Amino acid sequence: MRRYKGLTVFSVLVFLFLFLPLVIIAVTAFGDQPTIQFPIKGVSFAWFGKAIASASFRKAFLLSIQIALLATLLALLVGIPIAYTLSRHSVKGKKLIKSFFLSPTIIPGIVVGYALFQFLVIKLRFPVYPGLLLGHFLVVLPYIIRVVGGSLEQFDFSIEEVAWSLGCNKWKAFFQIVLPNISSGIISSFLLAFINSFNNIPVSMFLSGPGITTLPATLMSYVEYNFDPTVSAVSVLLMLATILIMFVVEKTLGISALAK
Amino acid sequence: MKKHVAYLFLLPGTVLLLFFLMVPLFAVLWPTVFPDGFSLSAYTAFFLDDYYMEILIRTLRIALISALVCIVLGVPTSYFISRCPTKWKGILIAVSIFPMLTNSVVRSFAWINILGRNGVINTLLLNLGVIDEPIGMLYTEFSILIGTIYLFLPIMIMTLVGVMDQIDNDMMEAAESLGASKLKAFIKVVLPMSVPGIITGAVLVFTGALTAYTTPQLLGGNKSLVLATLVYQKAVTLNDWSSAGVIAAVMIVLTLIVMKVLNLIAARLDKRGEVNA
Repeated sequence: MRRYKGLTVFSVLVFLFLFLPLVIIAVTAFGDQPTIQFPIKGVSFAWFGKAIASASFRKAFLLSIQIALLATLLALLVGIPIAYTLSRHSVKGKKLIKSFFLSPTIIPGIVVGYALFQFLVIKLRFPVYPGLLLGHFLVVLPYIIRVVGGSLEQFDFSIEEVAWSLGCNKWKAFFQIVLPNISSGIISSFLLAFINSFNNIPVSMFLSGPGITTLPATLMSYVEYNFDPTVSAVSVLLMLATILIMFVVEKTLGISALAK
Repeated sequence: MKKHVAYLFLLPGTVLLLFFLMVPLFAVLWPTVFPDGFSLSAYTAFFLDDYYMEILIRTLRIALISALVCIVLGVPTSYFISRCPTKWKGILIAVSIFPMLTNSVVRSFAWINILGRNGVINTLLLNLGVIDEPIGMLYTEFSILIGTIYLFLPIMIMTLVGVMDQIDNDMMEAAESLGASKLKAFIKVVLPMSVPGIITGAVLVFTGALTAYTTPQLLGGNKSLVLATLVYQKAVTLNDWSSAGVIAAVMIVLTLIVMKVLNLIAARLDKRGEVNA
């Protein structure tokens, strides 16, 4: 790339723009002053201690994990049959059906959150927890349908037909032939859905109640009223978790699995 | 598998989507056009109100500028990534994906640290003696814009890398060996072939920026509202359901228009087919 000097300089600057803000956050997490400072004057781990000791952050973190996991599993359960049917069968109005199932991507997240909040929680007096779970399910379903659908496109269905002709029943063929062949697609759709649910804010902001606030929503309210490095410390922990996930994905599926 | 079994597979998803997305949406949007009898007065009131128009235009302006800046920053960077040797390419793609997977509160919070009154930029300028008083950069349209570009640039880069990877290096070499300069070869060969990717990326950034909530909330606050933060304020703070419904409808329609228009442009430019956004 030495031949493209100007391009290299430009790209390096863009990467600095993308990375410096995150580096600054990481550095401020180790500050020893009561407010955020950069550069920091002394090094301390106190904010990490405070973040981990905080009952509200811990509770919110566990809720986020729980919701992300349940919403993703529900979306897999509902989404895989949809993706399978849409790529296997020539159902009538396929394009329309597909856009119906992908419609949560067209509706802005804040509107999904608002509609669920207004209709389920206010009007029907639904408890908040199932509302939150359903909201996250809606947000992640399109990822599952798209990514699993994508790997089904690559799958040669004649293999399934061979299994049928050899006397395998259709359910068995699906579970023993089709599913194992699209397992990497299922895993990457799982990860994408999980991460997107975990990071979701608009739906979580609307569907929160006493004791039911996800981690990003908790961080959001914390940031609006405080300016101490606790959030920096939580950010560093979240970034470390992200790096760990990326590392594992790179070693198994290849990093491009997360770029869909 | 028999036909009816196929439809059976679609049933759970259909039921869930109908009852928990379509019905709530309908319940929220219906009163905006049918309060007692059919009436568009809620919408005419919205579009005739200067305060709402200011917010609508600000939202559109932020989305448009963000999309344009992401194209300008993203095209050369993605080209750089796609021409890197494989090992470097992997690292740079990972570096671009990382911010996408990082929570948007964290990413906006970073800019509070940079642009705030006690932030990095003000501290630096004060120490250098360039300014005597901190500059108020936060809670302005400018801070929302920076945060939004920061939020969506990785998506633009990843979309473009996917397209530019398909462009054969030989094409560039052919252009250059025929006497084109590197820049000219890039503009004449790479750029036209990247147009579908640029449009897909632009749709993602524009519609994303149009409806983003976290970044404008944290970096714009109540001083610089956009449609998404206005919906939240109307619904949660003011309990003004009717206005919230109107704004929600406006956001959905705008998103659909942007997708349709840009897809039409893409189809015009690229006869091979539609860009899937």
